[in-house]
Amino acid sequence: MSVLRAISPDLSRIRLVDQDCLSKRAAQIREALLQGLERPFKHLIDISLGDAHRGGLQPITFVRQVISACLYPSLLDSGRLPTDVKSRARNLLKQCEGESVGSYTATCGLPKIQHSLSEFISRRDRGVPSSPENIFITSGSQQALMLVLRLFVHGKGSLQTGIMTPVPSSPLFNMALSSLGGAVVPYHLCEEEGWTLRLDEMRRALATARRHCNPMGLYVINPGNPVGQVQSQKSIEDVIRFAAEEKLFLLADEVYQDSVHDPTAEFVSYKRVLHEMGPPYSNTVELASFNSASKGFMGECGLRGGYVEFVNLDSAVMGHIYTLFSTEACTAVMGQIALDIMANPPRSGDASYTAFFEEVQNRRNTLNNNAKRVQETLNSLDGMSCQPIRGGIYAFPQLHLPARAVAKAEEAGVAPDLLYCMLLLEEMGLCVGPGSEHLQRKDTHHLRLCIATPEDTLQEVLERLSTFHLHFMRLFSG
Amino acid sequence: VDSVTGEESVQRMMAEKVLTVDTMNSCVKKVEYAVRGPIVLRAVQIEKELKEGVQKPFSEVIKANIGDAHAMGQQPITFFRQVLAMCSYPELLDDDRFPEDAKGRARRILQGCGGQSIGAYSASQGIECVRQDVARYVERRDGGVPSDPDNIYLTTGASDGIVTMLKLLVAGEGRSRTGVMISIPQYPLYSAALAELGAVQVNYFLNEERCWSLDVSELRRALADARRHCNPRALCIINPGNPTGQVQSRQCIEDVIRFAAKERLFLMADEVYQDNVYAEGCEFHSFKKVLFEMGPEFSSTVELASFHSTSKCYMGECGFRGGYMEVVNMDPEVKAQLTKLVSVRLCPPVPGQALMDLVVNPPQPGEPSYSTFIRERKATLSSLAERARLTEQILNTVPGIACNPVQGAMYSFPRVTLPARAIREAEERGQAPDMFYCMKLLEETGICLVPGSGFGQRDGTFHFRMTILPPTDKLKILLSKVKDFHQRFIQQYS
Repeated sequence: MSVLRAISPDLSRIRLVDQDCLSKRAAQIREALLQGLERPFKHLIDISLGDAHRGGLQPITFVRQVISACLYPSLLDSGRLPTDVKSRARNLLKQCEGESVGSYTATCGLPKIQHSLSEFISRRDRGVPSSPENIFITSGSQQALMLVLRLFVHGKGSLQTGIMTPVPSSPLFNMALSSLGGAVVPYHLCEEEGWTLRLDEMRRALATARRHCNPMGLYVINPGNPVGQVQSQKSIEDVIRFAAEEKLFLLADEVYQDSVHDPTAEFVSYKRVLHEMGPPYSNTVELASFNSASKGFMGECGLRGGYVEFVNLDSAVMGHIYTLFSTEACTAVMGQIALDIMANPPRSGDASYTAFFEEVQNRRNTLNNNAKRVQETLNSLDGMSCQPIRGGIYAFPQLHLPARAVAKAEEAGVAPDLLYCMLLLEEMGLCVGPGSEHLQRKDTHHLRLCIATPEDTLQEVLERLSTFHLHFMRLFSG
Repeated sequence: VDSVTGEESVQRMMAEKVLTVDTMNSCVKKVEYAVRGPIVLRAVQIEKELKEGVQKPFSEVIKANIGDAHAMGQQPITFFRQVLAMCSYPELLDDDRFPEDAKGRARRILQGCGGQSIGAYSASQGIECVRQDVARYVERRDGGVPSDPDNIYLTTGASDGIVTMLKLLVAGEGRSRTGVMISIPQYPLYSAALAELGAVQVNYFLNEERCWSLDVSELRRALADARRHCNPRALCIINPGNPTGQVQSRQCIEDVIRFAAKERLFLMADEVYQDNVYAEGCEFHSFKKVLFEMGPEFSSTVELASFHSTSKCYMGECGFRGGYMEVVNMDPEVKAQLTKLVSVRLCPPVPGQALMDLVVNPPQPGEPSYSTFIRERKATLSSLAERARLTEQILNTVPGIACNPVQGAMYSFPRVTLPARAIREAEERGQAPDMFYCMKLLEETGICLVPGSGFGQRDGTFHFRMTILPPTDKLKILLSKVKDFHQRFIQQYS
């Protein structure tokens, strides 16, 4: 028998997302199509993951030009690259030890990039000061989240650390929390109100949780994932006040801050609101804000560039965070470069500005148009409803399934929305995510679609989905 | 507890923070990591002071504390950077400056990426074609011993894989708490990870008198001791060694495997320096290869994880965070848990995965880039070998410094004999004596080394770890300054 049979019990608690069986099947179908096997569709479309490049959107030229020049500095002597690309690359290389992107950087990132990020944050927040030493550059926001969670989680039984997390949830966050031995304390977002955060629900969740664990943190996602809500300033204030009253550490996942589609909505950072609330909140509430180069206009998921900014943390604790983080060496330099460009993009007058601006605008327009189109189309279907997609890169429509469909799923031993997704994949070659991955209110069913995809792809997606949906509803009704 | 009234809540807010040293995870407080620790922070501070024009007895800080070859001027392998540049900016695929074989590689890697972009997430276990290439590399390296791509996990540097495996292993409470055997001296990632996981660190001492060799009798002693208070389940070995630089003999590796088999220990073989072998008569033997050559009694039972990285060897590409681990004879249910665990961190950086692909699948004879590649690799490795020899030689001319042969890896770990007065003064300051020594060295010469106390050493002995990475001229200057400093130090404290 294996030495490893008795492994850490925390690990067996992680719920592997259902995604796996769908993506495996999608890979099989893709392979079969390549072999020339007959299917009712010519190619597979996979919009289940929050990955813009996989979805067919192109990287931003300036980003890739700078990265290629940093990788192969001989390009700096060619006429191939615009002058601002070259000067940015030269500047970045000067910051690197040995002028190579192959060197380690300081633990928390290249100081110049920490600095760019602090200025970016300050500009974004209408001048609220941001200090580079409170910014840790990480391998995606996921590493930052885990770093923070590691500070908390310990204890068993009633001392087990709990973190409040929204439902519908981010499966990755819940997995990370569980793998570290923490308790997920779910609070439901209110679908009928457009997925708002409701204080009464948060209070209820907290009171219930206190009976069996030690809640220490509150995780919020704004703009929402997968639900796409954008919190109003008032909502953010309420949450901050709640966290202060209940002594909860605030974890604000703001990776979709660049993706707001609703012109009446505006992203306001937790940090700015906290600052504007003034003392005692502004100088006591502990906050960690997360951002990433994986989302927003860049969509550079594979480069693994993210950061966390700490606000009002105890300085001794900050020392421990630094030491802990130092054991992981540093974030991949390519990811750091992507963050630098995110924080400090080409400006008007720079050689690349026009082209850059156009690419970014097109990206934003694509997302805005997609958000609109998805909402309209899905809301026109009987048996589907979609709350306004104010921000983020997903649509999360609700399926109003006939009783027979639910029964069928139960028979098969799968969640009804997963059954729907599996059939959708087989019949239409369209891969979307099931709501059951995200925890959701009991007896509700949802789908998750990533809208960061070219408009014509989305058009095709909606055609396939509509056709399938009508057929499915007809099949299981009556 | 229901929500409180306004006034009470304000009072509470003015009181203790949520996250304090008392409320935080107590295991995290025990974590130390000397390689990037206090002495390095002081070195960075001194660099700032120099920039501001503060007068010092030296004009630059030399960071010989960290195994970062590019930082010390080592050049990247041209082919690798060409392919990676084209992967990042595929428009370059039509550029005449790049050879055809490089273009072919770039195209192949991009084919394996979602949306043909290195900006897409890869599968958590890593890009499939890269894992296949890694498996083929391992087979070639190990004389045909089969390697299944499904047992290959691409990782964010080797550290990610090592920590993941340790997470998987650590279980139990009290006397049944998992113990993990690690060499003393060791690379402090291991001690840091074990401290955070609340596992029991079981130390086995390498034999300094015999070139840092590993004696099975010492393994037995350590294990027997450990069994009294914990449940030892794993044995970690770093070969070639860090910080000690020894390259274990084939016999030693067999003995370790036999020991692990008998005592039912999971073997973790950290082999990131596998190409960094300098001394004559020394050769890298992969644990996996030796395991399989020992026949089915061992090869079908011993559970092993081997680790490799793009940060060391002749590549030195630390900033890419590329790595992989191969698991051997892992229980399928445990492997399922491992696969689940790695998915929590999404995926390793794709440029690092692409780089790993090139490392395991370099230019072949007959290909346009082959001769340049071979020339560059040879030059780098032989330069390292020369510096390893030089370091050992010069340090051994200093009375009071004794340096074992640097058979491999990137470091020397000489023993320093410190006068009793110096030891006392250090203790009065609450400093480890070798930290006291290294801090003084830093302040007087600008040379940043890591004290042996950061790696572990026998009680009453003192060491420092110095990289062999500065370019030869600088290294000579560095070594002569260390020599001068040591002699001054001895005089001062005698």
